[in-house]
Amino acid sequence: MTDMPHTDSATDRPTGLGGIPADWSSDQTAFKNVSWGKAMMWIFLLSDTFVFGSFLIGYMTVRMSTVVPWPNPSEVFALHIGGTEFPLLLIAIMTFVLISSSGTMAMAVNFAYRRNRKATAMLMLATAALGAAFVGMQVFEWSKLISEGARPWANPWGASQFGSAFFMITGFHGTHVTIGVIFLVIVVRKVLRGDYDNETPGFFTSRKGRYECVEIMGLYWHFVDLVWVFIFAFFYLW
Amino acid sequence: MVEFTPKAAGAVPPAEVPDVELYHPTNWWTKYVFSQDAKVIAIQYSGTAILVGLIALVLSWLMRLQLGFPDTFSFISAEAYYQFITMHGMIMVIYLLTALFLGGFGNYLIPLMIGARDMAFPYVNMLSFWIYFLAVLVLVSSFFSPGGPTGAGWTLYPPQAIMSGTPGGQDAGILLMLISLVLFIIGFTMGGLNYVVTVLQCRARGMTLMRMPLTIWAIFTATVMALLAFPALFVAGVMMLFDRLLGSSFFMPALVELGERLEYGGGSPILFQHLFWFFGHPEVYIVALPAFGIVSDLISVHARKTIFGYRMMVWAIVIIGALSFIVWAHHMYVSGMNPWFGFFFATTTLIIAVPTAIKVYNWVLTLWRGDIHFSIPMLFALAFIVTFLNGGLSGLFLGNVVVDVPLSDTMFVVAHFHMVMGVAPILAIFGAIYHWYPKIAGKMLDDTMGKIHFWITFIGAYAIFFPMHYVGLVGVPRRYPEIGDMSFVPESINELNAFISIAALIVGAAQVLFIFNLLWSIRHGKDSGGNPWRATTLEWQTPTTPPPHGNWGQNLPVVYRWAYDYSVPGADEDFLAQNDPWPDKPDGAQA
Repeated sequence: MTDMPHTDSATDRPTGLGGIPADWSSDQTAFKNVSWGKAMMWIFLLSDTFVFGSFLIGYMTVRMSTVVPWPNPSEVFALHIGGTEFPLLLIAIMTFVLISSSGTMAMAVNFAYRRNRKATAMLMLATAALGAAFVGMQVFEWSKLISEGARPWANPWGASQFGSAFFMITGFHGTHVTIGVIFLVIVVRKVLRGDYDNETPGFFTSRKGRYECVEIMGLYWHFVDLVWVFIFAFFYLW
Repeated sequence: MVEFTPKAAGAVPPAEVPDVELYHPTNWWTKYVFSQDAKVIAIQYSGTAILVGLIALVLSWLMRLQLGFPDTFSFISAEAYYQFITMHGMIMVIYLLTALFLGGFGNYLIPLMIGARDMAFPYVNMLSFWIYFLAVLVLVSSFFSPGGPTGAGWTLYPPQAIMSGTPGGQDAGILLMLISLVLFIIGFTMGGLNYVVTVLQCRARGMTLMRMPLTIWAIFTATVMALLAFPALFVAGVMMLFDRLLGSSFFMPALVELGERLEYGGGSPILFQHLFWFFGHPEVYIVALPAFGIVSDLISVHARKTIFGYRMMVWAIVIIGALSFIVWAHHMYVSGMNPWFGFFFATTTLIIAVPTAIKVYNWVLTLWRGDIHFSIPMLFALAFIVTFLNGGLSGLFLGNVVVDVPLSDTMFVVAHFHMVMGVAPILAIFGAIYHWYPKIAGKMLDDTMGKIHFWITFIGAYAIFFPMHYVGLVGVPRRYPEIGDMSFVPESINELNAFISIAALIVGAAQVLFIFNLLWSIRHGKDSGGNPWRATTLEWQTPTTPPPHGNWGQNLPVVYRWAYDYSVPGADEDFLAQNDPWPDKPDGAQA
């Protein structure tokens, strides 16, 4: 048992699928060239996937269990503009805005690794602005529905679980977006201040500032966008 | 006799990750209170868990007083009894066992055993403890809230959990319980991410996954499971908070209470049970797997023998972890479900017995012809094996739908799960504390007190839970503060219940001796030295004991072998530490 095989260094390991068992049977790290922070964010997102998965499964179950007909989301979420009903118009704009924010975030990551402080900060601010716009439109959507009589315990259109699931799931997702916007602003401040160029340690830690933080922030942001796609498909389109 | 030829350890690859700089404490507050050292956090977690566990212990006394001597204690009303049950179960399973195994042993042992300086994210690790501490405060505060803590049963099944007939249902009790659980999950997630990343990405040079001690494998797998299972409880908690606070009907069907129709309607109580048990069943293994791992290491060390079938032990841990996600509905046989589902879940449940049996056989085969030292950790490890085996065998009964349905609401189930996930993991925890206390304090725990503690706890636990199987088989229902009309059970049940209660009081009291031993030995224990058990794993090879902040001093350890090189022929000692390059110094190593 003293001579377990391991590769001599991280560089000359098999490529392709054969690399996976080689990496996992090596010492020190299982994911080669993946930093601790990035590994943590990926595992957190896996855990968070289970949270949103459970929310969506819970919503589908009550949609089946309730005996009152489910409201038609196309009608509930329609906007009256100039006498015409546009089904899901606001939701479509919100989805577009959020997906666009993923684009600006991806560009910010790219500029971060080029150490272009200004472009990184501007693109991240744009991402934060789009995220804030998303939350703002969600506030508008919530107040519109509330003014029309939707409550977590009842709504004028049908099954009470419609309102409960709506406020719970969009609220939880909106909280994720809001937290994302706050952290985007924090990271922007660090980028502009040059913390990542000067490797300034963060608050109450000795871990050095590094541009990778922008990418980790991006992982979270893309995840929140991806979750929205599922909420959009399962709650609004179904 | 095993054929053995000593081999050179081979080249150890160069470091991939530069050594980390730690945040060194600057004053008393950052050293002992808001500490980022995993070892301090581990002690904070363990101390809090043990303290809150003592509350749960007293609650179990009160329940046993009521069951053993009904109509004697006027202050134990039916409502109070339900509150005791609920808080006892919740505290023991989540705030004691989960927190102590993962937050306590995980924090202490993971960095030390894999040769890391600390957890990957010390700051997040610190937050993890303080959020856990907050969760405990919220939980304990429910004892002082108007109406008292919730009496919904530890499973918190709706609709009764949030209705006025249940203690705390319309008061603060259930709210504080749910908020505390949500906080616990947030705190645990922070810690859990640390444990997983540390095991995957922060190992020492030469420490491959298949050289890790089984303790680490078990804690790692349990943490991954917890990160995937707690989300279901989180969601169930949030949904129930909605139902209770906002009047939504996720879990609430149309109901009539006291002749009045409630506002609720259309929800699914079964949905809660699915969410709860999707968390709840993995939770059983979240507390059982670390016990498996710890016991494997204790047996190997104290029998001076390599663990039998290391690879099989690792795969059994992983397979048990995976299977435990597809057996949850065996807690719901009596909830009513499609018979085919029952068939499926009974099958998967019984299949878990296979990897579990592999582990038990391997423990026994490790002991076979070993040089068994009856030290106190070993006594507890042996006690764990028989107790887990006993509890596991009654689990095979209960895994079958037709056997479970008549037994499900009897004391038989109480006896089963206390044996398998109450007594057994606690025995492993005791064994682990006696084993690792010398590393934490630099002193041995007192042997005489330890022996008294062991024998009272071990024999006492059997005096409590063996007769309880019989009590359940003759039909005494669980969850009832008293059984009233006795015509359906023999009269002698009363005496048996009184006997169980007295045994419970004695076992509980013996734990005071244990706590005393922990505190007394800090000053008066024998000096342990760095490696009193002559064990191979890295935590015993630290430059000083207790290990300093950063664990290893100047140079990180380099690992040349697996964790179980005991009684190697030709070696100077009967153990070879993992960082011992014997028989010669290989290339590429400087440490």
